[in-house]
Amino acid sequence: MKIENKLEWIYETLIRIRFFEEAMLEQTYKGNSMGVTHPSDGQEAVPTGICAHLTEKDWIGSTHRGHGHCIAKGLETKKMMAEIMGKFTGNCKGKGGSMHIADFSKGMLGANAIVGASIPLAVGAALTAKYQGKEKDSIGVAFFGDGASSQGVLHESMNLASIWKLPVIFACENNQYAEATPAWYAVSIEDIADRAASYNIPGVVVDGMDVFAVYDAAEQAVKRAREGKGPTFLEFKTYRYHGHFHADQPEKYRTSEEENLWKKRDCIINFEKRVIKQKLINKNRLDSIKKKIQKEIEDAVEFGLSSPLPPEETLYEDVYVNYSNDLRGFR
Amino acid sequence: MFKDTDKIGPGKNVEGTEMRYRDAFNQALRDELNNDKNVLIIGEDISGGFDKKTKEPLDAWGGPFAATKGLVQDFGKDRIMDAPISEAGFVGAAIGAALTGLRPVVDLMYFDFTTVAFDQLLSNAAKSRYMFGGQTKVPLTLFARSGGGTGHAAQHSSAFYSILAHIPGLKVVTPSDPYSVKGLLSSAIRDDDPVFVVNDKKLINMTGFVPNETYQIPLGKGRYLSEGSDITLVGMSYTSVVCMEAAKELKKLNINAEVIDLLSLSPLDEDIILESVQKTNRIVIVDEDNPRASMASEVAAIVSDKAFDYLDAPVKRVTAPHTPVPYSKGLEDAFLPNSEDVIGTVKMIMGA
Ligand SMILES: Cc1ncc(C[n+]2csc(CCOP(=O)(O)OP(=O)(O)O)c2C)c(N)n1
Ligand SMILES: [Mg+2]
Repeated sequence: MKIENKLEWIYETLIRIRFFEEAMLEQTYKGNSMGVTHPSDGQEAVPTGICAHLTEKDWIGSTHRGHGHCIAKGLETKKMMAEIMGKFTGNCKGKGGSMHIADFSKGMLGANAIVGASIPLAVGAALTAKYQGKEKDSIGVAFFGDGASSQGVLHESMNLASIWKLPVIFACENNQYAEATPAWYAVSIEDIADRAASYNIPGVVVDGMDVFAVYDAAEQAVKRAREGKGPTFLEFKTYRYHGHFHADQPEKYRTSEEENLWKKRDCIINFEKRVIKQKLINKNRLDSIKKKIQKEIEDAVEFGLSSPLPPEETLYEDVYVNYSNDLRGFR
Repeated sequence: MFKDTDKIGPGKNVEGTEMRYRDAFNQALRDELNNDKNVLIIGEDISGGFDKKTKEPLDAWGGPFAATKGLVQDFGKDRIMDAPISEAGFVGAAIGAALTGLRPVVDLMYFDFTTVAFDQLLSNAAKSRYMFGGQTKVPLTLFARSGGGTGHAAQHSSAFYSILAHIPGLKVVTPSDPYSVKGLLSSAIRDDDPVFVVNDKKLINMTGFVPNETYQIPLGKGRYLSEGSDITLVGMSYTSVVCMEAAKELKKLNINAEVIDLLSLSPLDEDIILESVQKTNRIVIVDEDNPRASMASEVAAIVSDKAFDYLDAPVKRVTAPHTPVPYSKGLEDAFLPNSEDVIGTVKMIMGA
């Protein structure tokens, strides 16, 4: 699809992720999140530009930094906020939290807190699609970081996807750091995308701060997957604006000069500049979208705050589909 | 917080300071790095961060929960080795280094990540000495943070130390306060077998008296935390703290509980358990691990087997449920065994 027809959706999604993360952090600092949160603001262009090509029948696997992936894949922000607040109305009934948001009805295989662990799941979703002859309508996308690229499971997954020619996209969000560890230290090459060649998979480096560039690169990869031509590896150079998690102090391991250089390339500011300059969307329209999303996120926070906590008996639910023993342990 | 009744303890007139568990941990690492130049530490973000221009480590994180803070300044990046996220690889490499003369210490960050390297642990670290007919040894130490209570949800809160204790060839210790973590970590690093040091997250900021000197707590020895004649409470890792809380409350009800802190899960101090239960004739084992095939079950089986004639009541366990750890605070609280659960069980078997 021509990007022109998707521009409003793209803008809405970028803004939704940004505002969600800001509100989520505020709620975390207020003590309303029940655990650790990893904000993804700065990286909005990557999930947005990719998911613009996906439907609910496509599958994505996500990470600890998964809010952006969820939103771009169409998950409801109010349920996500409720999940982070540990509420029964959350996507996972308050059992998963920020690091485990999932919605299988939306093709979202779950955020995963074991680095690298969700990559083979997206490969498996692609296997299902191919096995059932549905790859035209259903592909897998594995989101993961520069840090995760050093896990053996990525390499095994790439080889499997290649020899089985699976409709999957490896979407590496290289935000330059894994916790405090810079990619230049932990990764033995400059471009992680170069790893793909040794698995006979095309590897492409993409400007992850530019949603137009992400959109274009993803379009090719999605087309390839849907046509049964197999996997593609996309490496997005991007940056997280906040620390690794809500209480991290990134100034201890990166400079403000570096932060400012990346912030100049902000995906939202540059999107606005470009669409206004090219007269694709006018300023008023952008403002009204912003206002709408602002309201949506305020409502999401309100929904989360006013939602009930999970009843205690849910602790013992959903461990198995079927199990004949009592799960309560000994007390 | 633990007193003179300890057989394992700082003793009297020892010079020391009150410090946090994490600082005692750091001190033990420092002592062992000084003691033997073949000791090195490998793990993710254990110094944490590098200067882009100089390429030198920044010690920005100083390890998860600041466990290794300051070590890279004093011992250098060749001995405090920041690793990429490659647990199977660097645990395997540490085993290889241990087989060939080094004494590596690996920080696995969260206990849950152990499973990423589990094949290396089970098939190589634990079995090399045996299957190679005693030709070699694996002086490897691993440590990681276990347990729920911090809102980290299912994949960052496990306490499956029973799985490790199950493995012949691997030793497992569960320190429960600043004093015991310093002594056990030191012993683990000096031991010639692979030892896993499990640190409950709930202990990390706990303070307590720690001697200044270097000392070792023998692997395989438990300790008394309090003496009593009515019932034995057995704790391990954080549940030793839970047992002490319960014992304090039980005293108000005129029930004198003897609290045993296992400290080591493998080898296991069977003698201290049997000695105590022969005196009290009742026992409750408190475990945060899931109940199936757990340490609680193991201790219960040993008592039933070897002290059956001394028992005045069934052996009881207080455990987590057979579920993963949930996220939402109320559910997580319900998951964790607490002192009220222990008191309830004690009252039930004492008919109180
Ligand atoms: C197997 C495993 N090892 C270590 C961790 C701890 N950890 C959580 S996030 C993270 C860094 C991940 O870096 P990257 O893949 O680049 O993703 P980013 O955080 O930058 O989005 C680490 C080391 C983990 N969760 N799982
Ligand atoms: Mg990263």
